[in-house]
Amino acid sequence: MNKRIKSLALGGAVAGLLSFGLVGCSSDGGDVTLTLATVNNGQMKDMEGLKGEFEAANPGIKVNFQVMEEGDLRAAVTSDVANAAGQYDIVTIGAYEVPQWGANGWLTDLTADLADEAYDVGDILPPVRDALSVDGKQYAVPFYGESSILMYNKEILDKAGVKMPNKPTWQQVAAAAKKVNSAETAGICLRGKPGWGDLFAPLTTVVQTFGGTWYDMNWNAKVNAPEFVQAVTFYKDLLDSAGQKDPVSYSFNECLTALKTGKVAMWYDASVAASMLEADDSPVKGKMGYAHAPVVKTKESGWLWSWNLAVPANTQNKEAAIKFIKWATSKEYHQLVGTKLGWSLVPPGARTSTYAIPEYNAAASAYAPITLEVMSAVNPKQPGVNPQPWVGIQYVAIPEFQDVGNQVAQLVADAIAGRTSVKEALDKGQAIAQAAGDAQK
Amino acid sequence: MRSAKASIITFITWVIAVTYFFPVLWMFINAFKTENDAASLTPKFIFTPSFEGFQRLMDRGMASYLTNSILASVTSTVLVLLLSVPAAYALSIRPIVKVQDVLFFFISTRFMPAAASILPMFMIFKTLNVLDNVFALSLVYAAMNLPIAIWMMRSFLSEVPMEIIEAARIDGANFRTEVTKVVLPIVLPGIAAVALICFIFSWNEYFFSVLLTSANAKTTPPFLASFVDGRGQFLAVLSAASTVAALPVIIAGWLAQKQLVRGLAMGAVK
Repeated sequence: MNKRIKSLALGGAVAGLLSFGLVGCSSDGGDVTLTLATVNNGQMKDMEGLKGEFEAANPGIKVNFQVMEEGDLRAAVTSDVANAAGQYDIVTIGAYEVPQWGANGWLTDLTADLADEAYDVGDILPPVRDALSVDGKQYAVPFYGESSILMYNKEILDKAGVKMPNKPTWQQVAAAAKKVNSAETAGICLRGKPGWGDLFAPLTTVVQTFGGTWYDMNWNAKVNAPEFVQAVTFYKDLLDSAGQKDPVSYSFNECLTALKTGKVAMWYDASVAASMLEADDSPVKGKMGYAHAPVVKTKESGWLWSWNLAVPANTQNKEAAIKFIKWATSKEYHQLVGTKLGWSLVPPGARTSTYAIPEYNAAASAYAPITLEVMSAVNPKQPGVNPQPWVGIQYVAIPEFQDVGNQVAQLVADAIAGRTSVKEALDKGQAIAQAAGDAQK
Repeated sequence: MRSAKASIITFITWVIAVTYFFPVLWMFINAFKTENDAASLTPKFIFTPSFEGFQRLMDRGMASYLTNSILASVTSTVLVLLLSVPAAYALSIRPIVKVQDVLFFFISTRFMPAAASILPMFMIFKTLNVLDNVFALSLVYAAMNLPIAIWMMRSFLSEVPMEIIEAARIDGANFRTEVTKVVLPIVLPGIAAVALICFIFSWNEYFFSVLLTSANAKTTPPFLASFVDGRGQFLAVLSAASTVAALPVIIAGWLAQKQLVRGLAMGAVK
């Protein structure tokens, strides 16, 4: 009996200790504390550094930043929002997720809240706004955005007597790449690392401007259609004849380094790279030229990406959360960043008015005009020749695309590396893509 | 000839030791540099020490992440010891029936990857309203470490000579005396080894902390990852954060060093 009492007492003590801990941690203060999940990049950290300005102007609201690596952010935010767990009042998500999550009812419809004149929602770049809306309802606000452009070393091209037009075709780019290609300097750097966000970001834009697409309007896969095959064959041939060595190990960072160190003459990739090429410590600062994404059959071919702030549908602090995201994406915030941190650090690619700020244009004169031009011109509703049943350029906005894109990218990377033919890779890719397409029908 | 061979072995040993230790040393050195010095293409060994990185850690609120890590690691380690020592006792000194089956069952709970269990776990935590709770996280860590702790403790307990226990029993020792006065003092180094290993596993755990916590209970490892910045200039502050994060484990290891070596040797013999 004595032993049993002691055992019960010990068990009770442990349970009591735990329940004390559990209850103790669920207490809440009187003020609103917003929890914001965000990605660990510079612009977001700038926002964290400036949140004090918002808190001072809005007594009673505190903002707690949870900064994560991109993969962790996706995993944490997806599990939280999809299960309506309510851990986060504000989430940072990409343009790929917004329309899907909005359509699922996971995000707060912000349309009415953004309608006030002071916020000026019409100032947001129209393609970016389109990419964040479903059936006329806007589910997120862009913090910053980017497109894709052609970046080239003017010194190398001038030496070879090549002049790059502002809106080149892929044929012109291929000819220029072959002309400047040498043992020391490759003509062009293109992503070859397998992954839907790596190889297929630029390659999908190439496919679209060649007239191809992932799916038709009835979700029939078009991965082995002649236009898709032609585009991938062109991409591989260009890499074979004038690209960097071992292309399947190259993505954004590798190409950035190669261009900076003079190992390649041109690079087609994200417009945000221009600010890194023009940074004070860049060896190619002032030597670079920038052109629109090369085209074949379309007028524009740049991609569209933005990091956005959204409010999960089930947050308890909706009003305060909306107040914060409006502040963080306002014109006033851009002024605040410029005056407090420096004009080159103003979040790009979100608002048209940013490009009317003289100080910003002076600080980003090399790349700001072309970024605005391209981002205003791209069409996420129909980036290619044919209509498509989703909104988005370098991705298909369905949950299955990450897996489909990764698998097909691996097959195409094998073709680029010479382990299989383009046709064989895309025939296999067609079957993978069709399975995902059938799920949408 | 023999001395030349010994010198070569000593030299190679030093090379290997320094190669392994150098990254840790470099992290420690970088923690006291400015960002520009840390990011310098030519490694700088001579520089003016700076506490800028540590200051930024405090500004970002590292203390609360460290507190959560300590709470989660200590609570889970205590829970694991409370459960694993009696369990291992019943699997070695006073064996129950089908010991091998029970041992296999314990270790089989580690067969499934953590990623496969995270969604149901997330749903359970949400239903119980214990998401973002450091003590709930401790329970996960305890469950995670319990099988390995039971296996280790069983190994240590099996080392205790039965003759000593039988002698104690002949001398009239009851079960409580047998455990507290005879067995536990012998396996204390083993308990220290188990405790330290469980503490280290909990301290370094990343996956569950990222997914099951947000603002209140986040531990140190995800906080460290948040310093990596695509715009560059994060090496000094990341090194400072890693140095601070490594200190509790180093201190715990140093304090338990004597017991630990004996404990690990005990397990190794078995």
